[in-house]
Amino acid sequence: MNWRGNALKFCDVAGLPALEPFVRLLAGEDVKEQLKGIAKFVVLPVAAVVVFLLLWSAAARTVVTDSMQLPSPTDTWTAGKELFAMHSAQRAEDLKVKQEKTIQAVTLLAQANAVTKQAESATGERKETLLANALVLKKKAVQAANYRPSSAPTFVDQIITSLKTVFVGFAIATLIAVPIGVLCGMSPWCNAALTPFIQIFKPVSPLAWLPLAFLIIVWAYSGTKPGENFFDKAFLISAITVSLCSLWPTLVNTTLGVASVDKDYMNVARVLKLSWSQQLFKIILPASLPLMFAGLRISLGVGWMVLIAADMLAQNPGLGKFVWDEFQNGSSQTYARIAFSVIIIGLIGLLLDRIMIFMRNLVSFGDPQAA
Amino acid sequence: MSVAVLDRPRSKAIARPAPPEPLISMRSVSKGYGSGVTRNEVLSNINLNLRKGEFLAIVGFSGSGKTTLTKLLAGLEMPDSGEIVMDNEVIKGPSQERGIVFQNYSLLPWLTVRGNIALSVDRVFKHWSRGERRDHVEKFIEMVGLSHAVHRRPHELSGGMRQRVSLARTLAMKPNVLLLDEPLSALDALTRSVLQEEILKIWEEERQTCLLITNDVDEAILLADRIVPLNPGPNASLGPAFSVELERPRDKTALNHNETFKGLRNAVTNYLVAVRQKSRDDEALASEASPIELPELQPRSLRVPRGRAG
Repeated sequence: MNWRGNALKFCDVAGLPALEPFVRLLAGEDVKEQLKGIAKFVVLPVAAVVVFLLLWSAAARTVVTDSMQLPSPTDTWTAGKELFAMHSAQRAEDLKVKQEKTIQAVTLLAQANAVTKQAESATGERKETLLANALVLKKKAVQAANYRPSSAPTFVDQIITSLKTVFVGFAIATLIAVPIGVLCGMSPWCNAALTPFIQIFKPVSPLAWLPLAFLIIVWAYSGTKPGENFFDKAFLISAITVSLCSLWPTLVNTTLGVASVDKDYMNVARVLKLSWSQQLFKIILPASLPLMFAGLRISLGVGWMVLIAADMLAQNPGLGKFVWDEFQNGSSQTYARIAFSVIIIGLIGLLLDRIMIFMRNLVSFGDPQAA
Repeated sequence: MSVAVLDRPRSKAIARPAPPEPLISMRSVSKGYGSGVTRNEVLSNINLNLRKGEFLAIVGFSGSGKTTLTKLLAGLEMPDSGEIVMDNEVIKGPSQERGIVFQNYSLLPWLTVRGNIALSVDRVFKHWSRGERRDHVEKFIEMVGLSHAVHRRPHELSGGMRQRVSLARTLAMKPNVLLLDEPLSALDALTRSVLQEEILKIWEEERQTCLLITNDVDEAILLADRIVPLNPGPNASLGPAFSVELERPRDKTALNHNETFKGLRNAVTNYLVAVRQKSRDDEALASEASPIELPELQPRSLRVPRGRAG
């Protein structure tokens, strides 16, 4: 296949129709037709954004109280730039401190070596004192080398924490939901047994789950000290709340996908006398992947939405906590920063959704546009 | 006497060939779906012998239970009464001995052409080496003329190509019996005709026992040795067999002017039409036999009784 075919296929699978007219234009296809495509997929959305920004500015001038004001697009942009500037400054400072500490560690180690050498030529009590001194110096050197900057997390750190939390939660949810879904899809008995649980727990809000997740984590961590554990407590509470909420779409869709595998495929499996595991891995799972991924996509979307609330309540240092802290601080920048993080949250959600669409299209053959 | 000296073989050994033995026999098989009031009898009292090495065609209208018949033969469905015997053993489930080609191809969309065929080959010839299996797959891809498309997935193929893959997949299993369940009825007329000739060619090479289910009388005559009409359901049963006395190899274009072909086509078609007409008449008769008696009502007055108006 030529490059154009490949590029068009990529646009299709990646769910990026906006790129298609450009590819066709580059390939020298009918210009008028492609300009129409560009107008539809590029010019029109840009115009809509411009209109939205104008309306927003107008609103910012209107919604004003004594102490606060709806931030205008420019305020928001400035606040965002500041947040990133703060992040770079913090990183630079951390790096500087880290470097100083490293130099310190090297000097300490050199001193320790010198003292050890002295000790070799000395005798008796003096030798022991010198050796002890060398040990103390070495310990200090190790401490300096292992220095971790303990500054407050910046905006970017918080974004990274949020992403980590959502992925851990999503991974837990997937590991639970997919096997149970496959089981329910294959056995109507299993499905009948689990349906009441699914029906009842599916509509429960994350905020209701959170105290229970809290209880379980506290129980699991009882008897350990902070810093001893791989995951932070607040992090786990958020992640588990995310899992509990994002479990259901995957579970329901996997069940549906497995239960609705084409009878003809199963007939093929029966004629070939495939064993149970071969049926599962060669027929049932591949056939239900498109629906499963449709469920995973919804799950990740729900997870990302829930995460912000969970962060706020569990005090997990992610974007939710950032919004909450800003709201509590009430500086002049507060609302602009919150508006900026709203946009960032939206953009990350969009990105996650696109990734899932891309993955789903990769596993559905024949109809990438469906569902 | 010289007779006593010669050690002659038994006369039985040089006797004229006996009629081919039935490979599969259906003995008074019935099948229906549902229960109680919603019970729907599809096939009743089916008796059929499929002889070794013959090409048998079953012709019937759509909805007369043709697919149920194939499913029974394949072992995907069990008969309600009667039994189906293959090689003196009652069929109790699907088997690789009976390869089936489905009407809607049933190709796995996530596998390529090669992958689809290899799935069967790897399963049926487990004991072969990897190389042997690969060569086997290639051979059958070539047989159906798809060597240029081995890496394509089913959705990138035309209907005719898909059915070729499906055919190659089943043939590659080397089954004793080939069951073709309306393999060509989803295709357009031109593709259909090309594939008919290809099936004919392949069959004449392999001479495998084959059962074709179809709704196309011409197709049946072109391919088969014997044609058995399926009377329309419910309670479908088999009609009398028509023997196709046409020389092989057959040529589709030449057949169009062949008197035997024309005569047979008329005979089979007339039989089917007559049977359907009879079944319709029977149905009409049955519905006339017990008409619901409606009570005769007549209004005495059209006026609203006084005091009740509004």
